[in-house]
Amino acid sequence: MTYRMKLWVGAGALLSFAGGVALATSPAPRPESLQATELPRHKVPVSKDGNLVVGMCDGETSLEVKGVKEGQSLTREQAARVSAELMETWLKKNPDANWDPAPPPGVAQGQKQAPQQKNPPMGTQKPATGGDIREGGVTAESGGKEVRKEAGVNIQDGHSYGAFTQRDEAVWAASTQQFVDEGHRVFHDAAAVGGTIAVSCDMCHPDASNTHPETYPKYQVQLGRVALLRDMINWCIENPVRGKPLADGDPRLRAMEAYIYAQRKGTKLEYGKK
Amino acid sequence: MGNKFRSIETKHYEERDAFFEGLKRLDRRAFLRVAGMSAGIVAGMGLRSPQSFQLVNVAEAQGTKPRFSFAYISDTHLYEQKLNDRFIRSILKAVDDVNGLDPQPDFVLFGGDLAQLGQAGELKLGAQILKSVKAPVRMMVGEHDWFLDMGELWRDLFGAPNYSFDHKGVHFVVLNSIHEKDFWTERKLTPKERMQIVAGLDNGIQSRFEVGGEQREWMKQDLAKVDKKTPVIVFSHSPLYKYYRPWNFWTDDADEVQALLKPFERVTVIHGHTHQLLSNRINNIQFHGMLSTAWPWPYAPEGLPQLTVQMNRPDPFSQFDGCGDGRMDVLESGLVDKLYNLWERNPITVRASYLASGGKQDAPPRTKLPSY
Repeated sequence: MTYRMKLWVGAGALLSFAGGVALATSPAPRPESLQATELPRHKVPVSKDGNLVVGMCDGETSLEVKGVKEGQSLTREQAARVSAELMETWLKKNPDANWDPAPPPGVAQGQKQAPQQKNPPMGTQKPATGGDIREGGVTAESGGKEVRKEAGVNIQDGHSYGAFTQRDEAVWAASTQQFVDEGHRVFHDAAAVGGTIAVSCDMCHPDASNTHPETYPKYQVQLGRVALLRDMINWCIENPVRGKPLADGDPRLRAMEAYIYAQRKGTKLEYGKK
Repeated sequence: MGNKFRSIETKHYEERDAFFEGLKRLDRRAFLRVAGMSAGIVAGMGLRSPQSFQLVNVAEAQGTKPRFSFAYISDTHLYEQKLNDRFIRSILKAVDDVNGLDPQPDFVLFGGDLAQLGQAGELKLGAQILKSVKAPVRMMVGEHDWFLDMGELWRDLFGAPNYSFDHKGVHFVVLNSIHEKDFWTERKLTPKERMQIVAGLDNGIQSRFEVGGEQREWMKQDLAKVDKKTPVIVFSHSPLYKYYRPWNFWTDDADEVQALLKPFERVTVIHGHTHQLLSNRINNIQFHGMLSTAWPWPYAPEGLPQLTVQMNRPDPFSQFDGCGDGRMDVLESGLVDKLYNLWERNPITVRASYLASGGKQDAPPRTKLPSY
């Protein structure tokens, strides 16, 4: 491996670390629904000399960088030194941590890493920080072996789509259903959809009947252009419902689309159908 | 209120009705003369078609003059005006229509669901508007009128929800067919919540409609006094047969009610609730649905009676399309020709002969775009 490649690898590691720091500390605006339960923030101590203080992603450890003032950028070498030092501090604090040693900057991927420590059996591993984790929680393997046992067959596992437990699938199905249910709610509630005359979608479309999502896109004669399902949803909101059309990313619009499509499960897609 | 303004449609239909009424009064010779002239005009305009418009209608008018007619307005689903004037405009249009009928109908049936959520303001507004109907109004109750206070105000305003009367040799029975088994006490629902649930079609929380044992007993005794040869016409908000359970297009004790009607030779059920052109026949009973003035319902995904000719898909871009009112012509036979006065479309008549022949005769025009 050339020195140039090594530099790239090192820079990559550094960037991801810096990104993590930025994410942990930047006061990014949160969606309304999350404001009630704001995530804990890592408040780094302020330096007396006005030096830059870098926080670590564990939410506790921080490091004052001597010679660099708050607001100034670190050079690559300085950043590498800071990250290494922080990591060292963390490892000292957490001697039992099951940490796969990352190749230090300058160590090429091609060189063999230290033999991997075997995962301790489930339930014996205590996390260094954070609360207790219930026994039998998620492991790195996500239960792929259990799937194989459940099915009693010799299937491939260890890749994204091969290692689902029934629990995984239940969670996904529930999440999807939740999305559809939210659509059901909006569809049946004139106020939620922004209507001003107490007309809700279900009043003309029980079970989303006669919404025929499978026929879009199609030329909508009355609009004089090709319409998507969402165009018609918004048309209905504006006209019979007398509300304001929803933005493309509006969660209510997305949820209603989910609900409407869910009601037509099994129907043949036939875009352009009259 | 409704008399001040006459819509273009109303005027058009008035003129049209006057024209046809004039034609009916012609003697045979004059009829042939007019028919020939119209045919000539039509041919001249290049409009000739296998069913030249006037000839067919006049010929029918000669043969099957009805004994009498009554009109209907149904399923108006009123909110209070400050909240929603859309449905109010619709009922006013319907009142205009029935007031514009010439000759006037013997009476106007109100088919239920006057209010949307059973609120006092809604029911009183509806009562007020219906006062401007010129012909006598016969009231029927729907579930939207009932489940806030279990019919208390409705009874105050309009009297008993089930009753019978005789008119020109026909026995009429009006039912309250929107009773439901108690689903609210156990769930500790407020009256408002109960009403809101019943007002929705696609929820499984409410129970299914029924006439109920008590009312069936009343009906049995009422019918016991009636000669079996007397034509019977039943008004019911729910369809009195089993069409589609998930949406409560359904009457749970329909079979028992039909059994009570079985001994009679000619029975017609006129029902609301389904907001669509809907026709059915079960043995001796013919069924006709009524249009809503507020909005059309889609056809249910299954259970549609075979004899039903679907109305073309309503155009969502038109407030009135798929809605309307109508008229029942009670024939000499005692059966009913049902005219669906679909707003902004040509009216459609579903004839007694169509249902009696099992769809072999007098089929209404077929639909171009059936439901999805």
